[in-house]
Order: sequence, then C-alpha cells, then structure tokens
Amino acid sequence: MLWLSPLLAIALTSVVALVIFAAAGRDPFSSLVRFLFSPLGDLYSFGELLIKAAPLILIAVGLSVGFRAGVWNIGAEGQLVLGVIFGGWVALNYGPSGAPWVLPAMLLAGAIGGAFWAAGPAFLKTRFNANEILTSLMLNYVAALWLSYLVFGPWRDPMGFNFPQSEPLAPAALFPIIIEGTRANIGIIVALLTVALSWVVLSRRLVGFELKVTGLSAPAARYAGFSARRAVWIGMLTGGVAAGIAGVGEIAGPLAQIFPTASPGYGYAAIIVAFLGRLHPVGIVFSGLLMSLLYLSGDVAQMSLGLPSAITGLFQGMLLFFMLAADVLIRYRVRWRRAVPALALEAAR
Amino acid sequence: MSLLTILLAALVAGTPLLYAALGELVTERAGVLNMGVEGMMVTGAVVAFAVALATGNIWLGVLAAMIVGALLAFLFGVLAITLMANQVVVGLALTTFGIALGTYLGKPFVGTALVLPRGSAGGGLAQLPVVGPLFAAIHPLVWLSWVLFAGVWYFLARSRPGLVLRAVGESPSSAHAIGYPVARIRYLATIFGGAMAGVAGAYISTVYTSLWTEGLIAGRGWIAVALVVFATWRPERCLLGAYLFGGATMGQLFAQSAGVGLPSELMSALPYLATILVLVLISRDAALMRLSVPASLGKPFNAEG
Repeated sequence: MLWLSPLLAIALTSVVALVIFAAAGRDPFSSLVRFLFSPLGDLYSFGELLIKAAPLILIAVGLSVGFRAGVWNIGAEGQLVLGVIFGGWVALNYGPSGAPWVLPAMLLAGAIGGAFWAAGPAFLKTRFNANEILTSLMLNYVAALWLSYLVFGPWRDPMGFNFPQSEPLAPAALFPIIIEGTRANIGIIVALLTVALSWVVLSRRLVGFELKVTGLSAPAARYAGFSARRAVWIGMLTGGVAAGIAGVGEIAGPLAQIFPTASPGYGYAAIIVAFLGRLHPVGIVFSGLLMSLLYLSGDVAQMSLGLPSAITGLFQGMLLFFMLAADVLIRYRVRWRRAVPALALEAAR
Repeated sequence: MSLLTILLAALVAGTPLLYAALGELVTERAGVLNMGVEGMMVTGAVVAFAVALATGNIWLGVLAAMIVGALLAFLFGVLAITLMANQVVVGLALTTFGIALGTYLGKPFVGTALVLPRGSAGGGLAQLPVVGPLFAAIHPLVWLSWVLFAGVWYFLARSRPGLVLRAVGESPSSAHAIGYPVARIRYLATIFGGAMAGVAGAYISTVYTSLWTEGLIAGRGWIAVALVVFATWRPERCLLGAYLFGGATMGQLFAQSAGVGLPSELMSALPYLATILVLVLISRDAALMRLSVPASLGKPFNAEG
C-alpha cells in the first residue's frame, strides 16, 4: 500500500495547484492542464524532460544510498558544483586537443570532485562527530562561491563581452546526442545505468543490506558487526560521486559552457526526488521524471501563465509534505481520542 | 575605524542570527528539531517587506512575519508532532517550501527599495545618559532581541513552565506520565521558534538591507541551526555565538574595504567555513555533546507507547 502515498501526494498537490491558479486569477483547470501537459507537446520537449530528469535521477539514486543508512547528505548541490569545477578544468585545458579520452577524463574528474567535497563532511562526522547535515549544507555555499570566483575570474571568456561565463566547451568535451532533433544526450544512459547498478547493489549484495539495517536500527547494526563509520563513508561518497558526475553532465550537455550558477537547484530537488521515490531506484526514476516535468512546467508558468517560476519549488515542497502525511495515514489507523497518561488510566480503574 | 563601529556592526549583523537561534533553541529544548528555519526566514522576510511597503509601518511587517513564521512552524508541527513523520525530512521539505513561497510571493518586490521615515530610532531611550547614543544608533529590534534573550534565559533557567518544557525535551514519556501535555508543549515551542525565525527574516529585509532579492537570507537560517549546537543549547552562549558570527560577517566587509588582497568570494565563504569549524570544535567533545543535547531531540513521541 505504501506505493499509494506518492500518488495521493500528487493528487493533493494538484488540488492545491488549482487553488493557487484560482488565487492568481487564472482559470484553474485549463491552467493546470497547460501547466502539466504543454511541456510534453513534441519530441524536442520530451528530450528536455529527459535531460532534466537525468541529473535528478542520478543524484537521487546516489543520495538514497546514504539516506537508507540514516546518513544525511544535504550537500549534493555543492558536490555537483565541484563536479563542474573539476570536470570543467579538464574540459577547458584538454578539450581543444580533441582527444577521445577527454570526456571519460571529465567524468572521472567530476566524480573525484564530488567525492572530495563529500569526504569533508564524512571525515568530520566520523572523526569529530560533527553533524553532517550542517557541514555538508555549509559547503554548498562555499562551492558556489568557488565556482563564481573561477567564472568571474580566471575562467572568464576573453571574447565573452565581459559576461561571467567560460568559453564554449570544445566538441570533444560534449556528450553525444542520442535522440536526433533533441538535446537528449548519453547522460540519460549514464543515469539509467546508475539506477540498474544501485538496484543490484542495494537489493542483492551484502553492503546494501548492511546500509539498510544501519538505517533501520543502529544498535542492531552494531550487534551484527556492521561499522557505522563505514556506512557514513559509503553513504556520503556515493552521493558525492553521483552529484559530481551530474555536474559534468550539465556542462557537457545542455549548458555546453560554464556559468556561475551551474544548476537550478538539482542538488536540493534530488533530495525530494529520493524520498518521493521511496529511496528505491525504480521509484526514483518515476519521481525524477515527475520533478523534471515540474521544472519544465515552471517555465510554462512563467512564460504563458505569467506566474513566477518559483512555483516549481512550491509544488516540490508540497509533494513531500503530502507524501509524509499520506505515509502516516496509510501505515497507521487513525483513532480520534484524547491521549490519556498511563498513570491516570490506572488511577481511574 | 573605531572599535565601537566594529562592535555596532557586529550587533547589527548578529541580531537576525540571535532571533532565529533563540527561537530554534526553545524548539529544540522541547525535543523538536525543526531544520526549516531558513525557509521560515525567507517567507518571513518577504511578508514583512511587503506589509511594511504597503502600510509604511515596519512593526506591522514584523508582526506579519511572526504570524507567517508561526503558521509554517505549525505546519511542521502537524507533520512532525501529530503525524510523527521524520523531523529531518519535514524540516528539509519546509526549507524548500518556505524558500519557494518567499520567492513566489516576493517576485513583484524584487528591486523595490523600502523607504521609511527613520524617526528617532531609540525613542525616549536615546535621551538616557551614557547609553543614550547607543540606543540612538541602533534599531529597536536590536535591543528588543536583548529583551527576548533575557526572557528566554529566565524562562528556561528559572521558571516552572520552562522546567516543564525542558522535561518534555529530555524525557517526554516521564513528562507525559506526570500528566503534562507533551504534544501541546512541543507545538507551542515549535510555533515560538517559527515566529522568531519570522522576526529574523523581517529584520534582514526591512532593517538590515531595506530591500528584497532572491538569496537574501543566504543560509543564515542554517547558520542559526548550527549556532544552537555551538551554544550547546544554552541561551547565553547563543548570544555570544550570534555576535561572533555577526562580527565575522562584518569583518569580511571591512577587510574588503581595507583592500586585503584576497578574492572577495573567499572572504564571503568565511562565515560558512567558520560555522563548520565551530561545529567541529564543539562536537568533538562527545561527552559534552551527550550532556548538552536534549535527550529526545528529533525523536517523535507517541503517547500510546
């Protein structure tokens, strides 16, 4: 029955969406239809849906490994940016050579960058017991400033009319397109391979079981001899590697250039994708597609409905709220009565 | 540049952190971990800005921000306290939701400046001998935060309701067995935290900058959550921490204007790096953490057992 709650959440969010559209003075039903379906009108838009879903799915799968073990990596946004910085360095320096190893090297560098940024909170957690939520989150801001320094400074395109952007990446540093007539590239295949790999590891290998037990009950994991520190390292690094690769996918894919803001908040949205997909690889594919649709719909809202594109984040937050509530209503039977302290009950007898 | 200027700047920059951190501290002492401070601050900032702009009265703006912050915190409470959902996840959802709500509502106000008649900021207090100039130089919200600090300190350390709140945070089952309404107390503590986060946001948009832009809050809500850990859940250390961080923020601006030869981005990163540093310094003492953290922090309480 638990698969029902994401669907319930979508239904409830749609109801609130109707209210929001009505409050903004738009016709609620036609706006909702336009909001949800106009991004899917043609092949090109379908490609856009896929290239936005790919990083979300990739990062969410990576994060879900940690979330299962109760390791809260909130720093995917920063780890993505590190992927952009490390992968971008390779692309800017070796891309013009046109060598075939440039793209694999970018992916490797991005993975190392993301892992490096995730290793900080993992080290501080395992060595000093510092809360990984707060440390990984703080590093998001630091990473954004680092990228901004590079793009406003050493990496700025001398021919770019002083805009804060790097020079366009060389063709050797770009992902090949897989669907003709769209921008859909092999990043989508990378994401799907990750989904398959993580499904095998999580459900068919011992380490997946270890992580699950650690998340469900830390004492049980300790009793079974599963190392909590190992879980922190595995959880943080998988998220970091996935986010770093996703960062490379952004500059090697739709952006084809390096900008100070490399991601429209994919690192944060992926957290919601992971939970909406119930931390399960297959569920994450669906929730990633849904979240990608919401991003495209945000653009529709801005362009054809005249509403701020921030409406996307509003719906993202609501989806998670409603799913958390629906979970409880599905898991438990609700009985309306006053909670009476146990002592008072005994006294009354 | 005199020492007094720097101290005043630290006060001005530390005040929103103090409001948000004191609110979160009370919430956490009741055992509730609301990580949505950033979201409540963003929405509070926008609402305060819009109301102050429409009415020309900053206090109505602050009041509106308190109400909105309290409402968002109530929403958190419904999910985390009544429905017993994972508090970390609800907090993250509230962060996303609050930031998006603020951005959505604030769209029409981006780039608008809030011009209000300054008046005599200190009112009658500015006439006092010795301390008068201080009150004239700072906004009433700054010294009201000291009143709040004193109130929170007295409430937690000296008052009976404060003792009950702490009992709920340490052992909700014991508090429940004695007959205290655990859920109601947790709701009130959470709502108080939300209202204070609203004030913190209002201060930033109406007093500190007098304008609204996206990214205005810039992680201050998260720094406030970290400050509570740094303060080992004690208000007096919260006060110290808020002004240290305020000073760090301002020190960066002074260093830039003094022409320190470091990239401005590195200077801007300092408050975030400093937050990580103090978290590490405090958290490495495992015994201190175990003794300080409210024992039931982040754990839902089910009266049915």
